[in-house]
Amino acid sequence: MIHSLFIINPSGDVFMEKHWKSVISRSVCDYFFDHQRKASSPEDIPPVIATPHHYLISVYRSSMFFVAVCTTEVAPLFVVEFLHRVVDTFEDYFSECTESIIKEHYVVVYELLDEMLDNGFPLATESNILKELIKPPNILRTIANTVTGKSNVSSTLPSGQLSNIPWRRTGVKYTNNEAYFDMIEEVDAIIDKSGSTVCAEIQGYIDCCIKLSGMPDLSLSFVNPRLFDDVSFHPCVRFKRWESERVLSFIPPDGNFRLMSYHIGSQSIVAIPVYVRHSLCLRESGSGGRLDITLGPKQTLGRTIENVVLEIPMPKSVLNCGLVTNQGKYTFDPVSKLLVWEVGRIDVTKLPNIRGTVTNCHFSALYF
Amino acid sequence: MTDSKYFTTTKKGEIFELKSELNNDKKEKKKEAVKKVIASMTVGKDVSALFPDVVNCMQTDNLELKKLVYLYLMNYAKSQPDMAIMAVNTFVKDCEDPNPLIRALAVRTMGCIRVDKITEYLCEPLRKCLKDEDPYVRKTAAVCVAKLYDINSSMVEDQGFLDQLKDLLSDSNPMVVANAVAALSEINESSSSGSPLVEMTPQTVNKLLTALNECTEWGQVFILDSLANYSPRDEREAQSTCERITPRLAHANAAVVLSAVKVLMKFMEMLPSDSEFVTSLTKKLAPPLVTLLSSEPEVQYVALRNINLIVQKRPDILKHEMKVFFVKYNDPIYVKLEKLDIMIRLASQANVAQVLSELKEYATEVDVDFVRKAVRAIGRCAIKVEQSAERCVSTLLDLIQTKVNYVVQEAIVVIKDIFRKYPNKYESIISTLCENLDTLDEPEARASMIWIIGEYAERIDNADELLESFLEGFADENSQVQLQLLTAIVKLFLKRPSDTQELVQQVLSLATQDSDNPDLRDRGFIYWRLLSTDPAAAKEVVLAEKPLISEETDLLEPTLLDELICHISSLASVYHKPPSAFVEGRSGIRKSLPASARAGSEGVESTESQAAPAVIPAQDSLIGDLLSMDIGGPTVAPVAAAPAAPFGSAAMDLLGGGLDTLLGETSSSPAPPSALPASSAALLGDIFGAPAASATYVAPKTTWLPAEKGKGLDISGSFVRRNGQLFMDLTFSNKAMQPMLGFAIQFNKNSFGITPASPLQVQSPLPPGVAADASLPLATTGPVQKMEPLTTLQVAVKNNVDVMYFACQIPMHALFVEDGQMDKRVFLATWKEIPAQNEVQYTITNVMHSADSNFTDTVVSRMQQNNVFTIAKRNVEGQDMLYQSLKLTNGIWVLNELKIQPGNPNITLSLKSRTPNVAEGVFQAYDNILHG
Repeated sequence: MIHSLFIINPSGDVFMEKHWKSVISRSVCDYFFDHQRKASSPEDIPPVIATPHHYLISVYRSSMFFVAVCTTEVAPLFVVEFLHRVVDTFEDYFSECTESIIKEHYVVVYELLDEMLDNGFPLATESNILKELIKPPNILRTIANTVTGKSNVSSTLPSGQLSNIPWRRTGVKYTNNEAYFDMIEEVDAIIDKSGSTVCAEIQGYIDCCIKLSGMPDLSLSFVNPRLFDDVSFHPCVRFKRWESERVLSFIPPDGNFRLMSYHIGSQSIVAIPVYVRHSLCLRESGSGGRLDITLGPKQTLGRTIENVVLEIPMPKSVLNCGLVTNQGKYTFDPVSKLLVWEVGRIDVTKLPNIRGTVTNCHFSALYF
Repeated sequence: MTDSKYFTTTKKGEIFELKSELNNDKKEKKKEAVKKVIASMTVGKDVSALFPDVVNCMQTDNLELKKLVYLYLMNYAKSQPDMAIMAVNTFVKDCEDPNPLIRALAVRTMGCIRVDKITEYLCEPLRKCLKDEDPYVRKTAAVCVAKLYDINSSMVEDQGFLDQLKDLLSDSNPMVVANAVAALSEINESSSSGSPLVEMTPQTVNKLLTALNECTEWGQVFILDSLANYSPRDEREAQSTCERITPRLAHANAAVVLSAVKVLMKFMEMLPSDSEFVTSLTKKLAPPLVTLLSSEPEVQYVALRNINLIVQKRPDILKHEMKVFFVKYNDPIYVKLEKLDIMIRLASQANVAQVLSELKEYATEVDVDFVRKAVRAIGRCAIKVEQSAERCVSTLLDLIQTKVNYVVQEAIVVIKDIFRKYPNKYESIISTLCENLDTLDEPEARASMIWIIGEYAERIDNADELLESFLEGFADENSQVQLQLLTAIVKLFLKRPSDTQELVQQVLSLATQDSDNPDLRDRGFIYWRLLSTDPAAAKEVVLAEKPLISEETDLLEPTLLDELICHISSLASVYHKPPSAFVEGRSGIRKSLPASARAGSEGVESTESQAAPAVIPAQDSLIGDLLSMDIGGPTVAPVAAAPAAPFGSAAMDLLGGGLDTLLGETSSSPAPPSALPASSAALLGDIFGAPAASATYVAPKTTWLPAEKGKGLDISGSFVRRNGQLFMDLTFSNKAMQPMLGFAIQFNKNSFGITPASPLQVQSPLPPGVAADASLPLATTGPVQKMEPLTTLQVAVKNNVDVMYFACQIPMHALFVEDGQMDKRVFLATWKEIPAQNEVQYTITNVMHSADSNFTDTVVSRMQQNNVFTIAKRNVEGQDMLYQSLKLTNGIWVLNELKIQPGNPNITLSLKSRTPNVAEGVFQAYDNILHG
């Protein structure tokens, strides 16, 4: 199972290490650095690296590498999932996960890692349970602790840990009982030049924030559950019930969690709320190119479209962009070659537009 | 006030300062100091010098401080074993603490301290904790057993912890069960014997399945992984287990999903592939795999590596999901490359247009590796899907026009493969290729181009000039290019001998005299000698027809694939290598897929074939055979014993003579002959004298044992099938001077288990110069042993003179049974299910054509009379396609597809069977039936 964990920052320093079994020298990370040097971008480092005696399984999140070292045959997905869970937990505890935050809270981080894994086996990974074992740091508690001499480590066993519903602690009490559901849908679509949809698919999530007392048993039904043929659930959902009645029935964890995620494939018709009209030419007379993009609403069912952001990954040869927008502002990052245009709300009467020139380097190595 | 303050140092000796703080009386100060120590430890500083001071802080009620000290201990106890002993007392005390959290923490930490002296003290507390009333403690203790095993395996075995661990498998708490499973599998992994510690019984499996529903996601992974090692007893159990595992496919944790897929893929093997359950399961497997592709790139990568295996094993699962494998612009490169691979695997006639247009786009990307692979993929597409070849070629030509160096080179490499797959089809593009000659700088591309020039030298007017230009820098070329150039010039010479003599001499002398490469020199000499002694032979060798290439070349070998399917979700599935190939010190237990219930008989046969692959049995086993026969082995005659005396020293004879013949004659080996006396066989003649009227093809009798080898006895015979019964028709002719009597016959073990169904009935005594016919009914219930060739039957015949041995070939058609008609649907499913590498092609030449229009019908009826059943008939573009099935006596199904073209005397036959080694015999049978 997982032997050790190294956290590495973008400049290649191992700034945190944790061993669950015997200590493995951090020189094992050299194999990782070899691959890092070879890769053109940090995202391109292969997640599974074999070395003569160890296997390095890594994830890249918030511009840090979390490298797990294993010595025996393991399920790589198991490790990958676990590492993501570690980062999720950090984000949950410290609201963001960066190198400085980890250094700032290293004791809590260390305690967390110790609590999450024992001898390489996951121990407690549910945020509800962890939070009972190790209280998340906040200013108020830090002050209280210094005054009273208490620590943020609980000395009693979390109540939910061993029940049949390990994700929920007992004795939850709220004066205001409330439950919120967010439905997030990501539409992934390819639209050809003429504006017709080549393919479109939806990746959707239902995120909840549940603040209910006691042991609430909820059920959630959908108007048209037939659409969901590819779903994955939080462990709290009773799968049998879903199979037979297409009703989500569950005892929720306390607080924020993802109830379900679903995927709707390209077979179904997907309504795309916006359209993009563009005219792009990157190699025109000499070193310049032209760009002209207009956005418009489409199939909105009368609702306004807000928070529109347009991202264009530019080819490597593009040096700079000189553009004018009639709405929102744009930025171009010359390192990642990403053009971001924050449009905001789409007003039907005045369609957002961006236009201008693109500067190429002379020796363009582009093939379009 | 944050923890980062612990990292700041003062100018004074840091360790010294910490030491004094640790010994401070104030609790608060102590805690802060320990935190500083831990901080230094996390960043890799050596703070082991503080060991005694830190251990002193251990005796505390403060849980946080305790935990921190434990953390420190785990890290440094190894380096300070004597000091660590100081901590033991506290540990033992903590194991008795009323607070389960502290009990668990203590037992957990103790397991992490890898010091022998401490481990001794660990045993008692651990034993108690394994039986603790609190499940949290029990589950922690379960893991501790695995830790202890790692430190001192013999102690774990001696103290009986393993049995206690096994007991935990039936614990009431699912989390405890999951941890016990995890601990056991880790112990299994590291144990030297490699044999499983826990015998998986249906009861254990049932308990695990119950726990599966209730434990944490990680526990589910452990349980699923250990379930994958279980082989259900029968179809029903496999199916019900699958049913209980299927809900895991909807789990949010990708590791759970993939482990569930592993178990399902493995158990599915056991179920009949045409059953409704398998069909619905196949449908259910697709969505979760697709979902994995919308998670983080690391998960996608592992998933894709596994999907690559799944697609090879069961292409049906994802055949409609091509689009999800299309590359996204922001995918990491490792995901892109994997997706390309799978796109090719899924490419079929239906979606090839889509795939090609995608690939064409990819070929204009910027990442060089990716572009190269995309170009290669276009070539593989052409080879895999014949209908797309033309479009692929034109796409490749478009790409060559881009003049991007590496695209052109890669395209030329794949075009070479396309030429090999479809000879004489696309040669018109050679001129375009030649235009790019000078841009090629990579050895593989150069070699490919040279191969093309050599292969089509007769169509390229200036081939000699082109090759000559390559020859100028011969010495600097890569050896791959040199070899190719040598061959190409020799080819050119053989095709256009008149004007290239100089060139060929030049290259031969370069290769043989100036080169240090032994391969090149040898090849040069061979060509030289061939050309100088017999140019015609050289032509035959050098310009020989090349075997076609197929897309199977890049598929995994089926046995490896099956093994890897058992390792889905593990590292092996990412590397596509069996674990034994890369995990250190792993004992070689290899997993294999369970055999399907229906394929049982074939399974038996294949294992037997591994056991005895040699044609000639080892001498000792043969003696064994002979002896056992004498002691009253499997004789067919009920009257065996009585008249054995007249033949005197039968046993001696058999041993002596039998071995002599064996040693003298290598082509056929003796079989245990029957000690059957034939005196009882007074019943003369052939009971089945008048063969039943049937159009069954009967091979003419062939001489099996000529008189000079049979001590005057001449045996000829043939095999025939009458009224559903297999017979061996024999003619015995006595060419000796004295009468023969006491005939008996026995067969050696053979591929089809053929054995005499009744004693041999032949005229006895057989006077000199007389020939007698006998018909021996045969059964197929005898012992099976694979022969080479498959249809070989070794026979021993005995008479009063001697025991004679000979071998004959059973014509395959005699083994076709009457119930060989397969249901249409089953046929279709089976045809798809049998992997393509099991397909064998054959051309039946010069089949006599009767009237053109009903020739097909003639074939149908003639085959039908020989128990080859036509399942379906189709007319495709003027060709008649016949789909036929047949079954052999041992239950092997053979599926055939016949392509009959009007006016063409040749018939193309494609055969698919799970045991493709029967193919040759079947082809022979077709040949015989259709010609005869």
